[in-house]
Amino acid sequence: MDEAGNSALPSGAAPVVGGATVWADAASVLDAARLVLERDLQLAMRRRGQLVQPLAFFAIVTTLFPLAISPELARLREVAAGVLWVAALLASLLALEFLFRDDAYDGTLEQYALSGQPLTGLMFAKTAAHWLLTGVPLALMAPLAALSLGAPAGSLPGIVASVAVGTVALSLIGSIGAALTLGIRRSGVLLALLTLPLSLPVLIFGARASELAIRGESYLAPLELLAALAVLGITLAPLACAAAVRISLE
Amino acid sequence: MRAARLLLIVLIANGKQLPQNRRNFMRPEGLEIENLHLWRGERHVLRGLGVSVPRGGCLHVAGPNGAGKTTLLRAACGLLYPESGRLLWDGRDVHEDLPAFHSALIYIGHEAPLKADLSARENLHYWVGMRRRIGRGALEAALQRVGASAWSERPARTLSAGQRRRVALAALSLLLVPLWLLDEPTTNLDAAGQRLVGTLIEEHLARGGLVLAATHHELPLPRSRVQRLELTDG
Repeated sequence: MDEAGNSALPSGAAPVVGGATVWADAASVLDAARLVLERDLQLAMRRRGQLVQPLAFFAIVTTLFPLAISPELARLREVAAGVLWVAALLASLLALEFLFRDDAYDGTLEQYALSGQPLTGLMFAKTAAHWLLTGVPLALMAPLAALSLGAPAGSLPGIVASVAVGTVALSLIGSIGAALTLGIRRSGVLLALLTLPLSLPVLIFGARASELAIRGESYLAPLELLAALAVLGITLAPLACAAAVRISLE
Repeated sequence: MRAARLLLIVLIANGKQLPQNRRNFMRPEGLEIENLHLWRGERHVLRGLGVSVPRGGCLHVAGPNGAGKTTLLRAACGLLYPESGRLLWDGRDVHEDLPAFHSALIYIGHEAPLKADLSARENLHYWVGMRRRIGRGALEAALQRVGASAWSERPARTLSAGQRRRVALAALSLLLVPLWLLDEPTTNLDAAGQRLVGTLIEEHLARGGLVLAATHHELPLPRSRVQRLELTDG
């Protein structure tokens, strides 16, 4: 608009002209999503205590069962899959509360919504970060817990796979609940009430896959159903999550 | 609702706070707010508000605490959906294409949106980088401009409120989008910081940018450059 004004701009900056500013170097959705993911991973590394909490919870719950039921491996093996999955479900729920809380508190979420980038993509990146920070560590810890519950070594690949795939779906379902409870103080219990019923299919197929793995049978069918749930979550959950975030900002 | 309509009629009769309707065939450039009604819970905060700010114009939204300054700003960036009324950017209803409108604006609330565990530089890298690829050089130049070079490596949680605000100013100078919505831009800043806000705004107006600033202080700008909108309580 104004030649004199433009000359004062930093190099690479587009002048302010027209309705929408078109940068020569505008960030694409992928750039933005990558930065959201990077930021969450970096923040988690700076705050490791928060990262360890769900894992410690998972480890403690799974070691409580042998103490409470019986130290006999044969009896433990029967309940191992169920124990493992309930503990994993609760552990991933525990981490959900932190998913958006800080972002909502410090105004980051507002900036996400006003960035001009599709909020759905950014929410997907956030959920992906959440899975990398809780789902993957849980899947890596699951073999230890499974062994302590008497699962044979041959079942471990199946257990790791089912937890890894199942937690994708859990993170995605949970992100909707976390976004919906954003405006509410002490949202922990409400979050659990919202999320747990929706997580039932994941629990059922996850526990079934693990159980079949422990018995040494083919666990492919329930694992594929888990993957289907995860894909369904990937396509739908970020949309719902973004809508809930927008409502919370109103 | 009846009371609201009555108020609107009174406003029209007074001819105050109404947009200067431009009935020419050119698309009006700038931001226009038409007859905005907004409720927050049980409170009718904005009652039939209308204002028009052309490109290169600065609107100072003034008024006591609780008069709805922040609400107006949040409505103007499309975060709040008004009960009635329209918000036009360059003659187009912004709710028709919110992402396009959002990519033309930056909103900075009371608090700079900084992550406590990240440094000023990292915060800027993520915040600005989401919208624009910026090089290291541009980032350093912006940090230097707001006087942040010395403490740009410190985590934001150790920064003072004024320093945090300076980081937000750096983001403003890096993004250069047409519409700036600033909530209390001068709060917590020292005299030099306030002058910097004035300079940044003047540069922005000179290149055809548009500023909406809500503050109960005076803006560090010549009065002739500023359009004033006084909100009253209740």
